[in-house]
Amino acid sequence: MISLKINKTLCGAKGEMSLEIDLEIRQGEFLAISGESGAGKSTLLRILAGLEEAEGKVVVNGQNWNNFPVQKRQIGFVFQDFGLFENMSVEQNLLFVAKDKALAEELLKITQLSELKNRKPNTLSGGQKQRVALARAFMNRPKILLLDEPLSALNPEMRLKLQKEIVKLHQRFGCTTLMVSHDSSDIYRMASRVIVMELGKVIKEGTAKEVLSTDSSYLSGEVLEIQKDKVVVLVGQQLIELKVSKDKQLNIGDYIEIEGYLAF
Amino acid sequence: MHELFNTLSNLDLAPFSLSFKLATITTLILFVVTLPLAWVLSQSKSKVKPIIESIVSLPLVLPPSVLGFYLLVAFSSFDLAFTFKGLVIASCFYSLPFMVQPMQGGFESLNKNMIESSYIAGKSKWITLFRVALPNIKPALMTALIITFAHTVGEFGVVLMIGGSIPDETRVASIAIYDLMNNLEYEKAHIYSAIMLLISFFVLLTVYIFNHKHFKRVRA
Repeated sequence: MISLKINKTLCGAKGEMSLEIDLEIRQGEFLAISGESGAGKSTLLRILAGLEEAEGKVVVNGQNWNNFPVQKRQIGFVFQDFGLFENMSVEQNLLFVAKDKALAEELLKITQLSELKNRKPNTLSGGQKQRVALARAFMNRPKILLLDEPLSALNPEMRLKLQKEIVKLHQRFGCTTLMVSHDSSDIYRMASRVIVMELGKVIKEGTAKEVLSTDSSYLSGEVLEIQKDKVVVLVGQQLIELKVSKDKQLNIGDYIEIEGYLAF
Repeated sequence: MHELFNTLSNLDLAPFSLSFKLATITTLILFVVTLPLAWVLSQSKSKVKPIIESIVSLPLVLPPSVLGFYLLVAFSSFDLAFTFKGLVIASCFYSLPFMVQPMQGGFESLNKNMIESSYIAGKSKWITLFRVALPNIKPALMTALIITFAHTVGEFGVVLMIGGSIPDETRVASIAIYDLMNNLEYEKAHIYSAIMLLISFFVLLTVYIFNHKHFKRVRA
């Protein structure tokens, strides 16, 4: 059980704001944190990791973590910019955390990095680096796993695969996981609970379905192209061609609502 | 031509070897002593930090005579004035910022999350320094070592005050040139100066070529 009651003044893009969090996270829970950038999500992870100080109290399994050194917290952290050890190969990055060759090999296999294990980080693509960071985060068999947009640089296929793998590893190591993500598919598939943050405060909380879904049966999309009697609309990540009657006046860049039916 | 050859073959190279001996010892001592200092300064958010940074940088702005004067006063009770040991100590003070500043800059430019990843992996500050931070600041380290060496070779004012000009003890190359000038031995002064000029140029060239190659490799 993690109990956070923290208070910290942050200098955000919109000037000073205060991060005020009162949150309890159950052992083994997979919590997603969503919200606009600058809302304090990453700072929340950093405070829990012991990388930043804050007023208030962080209690983990009954132990006060306020002055508990980061080195002893047994956490895994995937940073947004990965933070890989540039002087070490992919494999050495993992082994530096723990000299556990079997686990390193297994994690490299899961993240499909086995063939790249002798490469240095600066020769890897963004997606590959992100996978190294993920694999490395599991090396010290973390009790608390902190993921800051851990799948943002991956293609949809790899993303889907790793969503499943992370959940499996989370269960296997008995982690309590906090994941910052903007991606509805990450949140829906992985998290058991979601909080939404805005300007340093939690404004919404619930299951993925409760928080992400809306009551309406409308989809909204952006008009990208207008042809004679058709428009091309971007809905989510998908392009849809729709017929429109000529008397409708649409402009490129308009947001329109489309009523959705299930097509059986 | 024959005359020049004669002068060259009779050239006393002792001042040069003394200069290099002094510079090598100074560079090694400074590296060992200031590595932890540069590391701690780079990681510190303490209010004392600007004070320590100012003290470290003092030799950059202080006239060498001021440094020389204080060192002489301090040395008077230890029999260090006009000795090689005294010169080494004086050089360590004089070249201090040239070692600390590039290393500190190198450490500060490292990706913060890389250092934090090491702490998260359970590694102490010192293991992080030697296994993660130091191997990733090679160009800065190279700059620090070579510039410190070169700056010590180029020392004059402090050496003059602390060391005087005792052959094989404190008469380093820069002092030897000054003496030759005073004795109106212009030919020798020319040769000594040319040697110093060439050495200094090639030292700097090495630094720039190394750093250029390194950045090319990193970018590739």
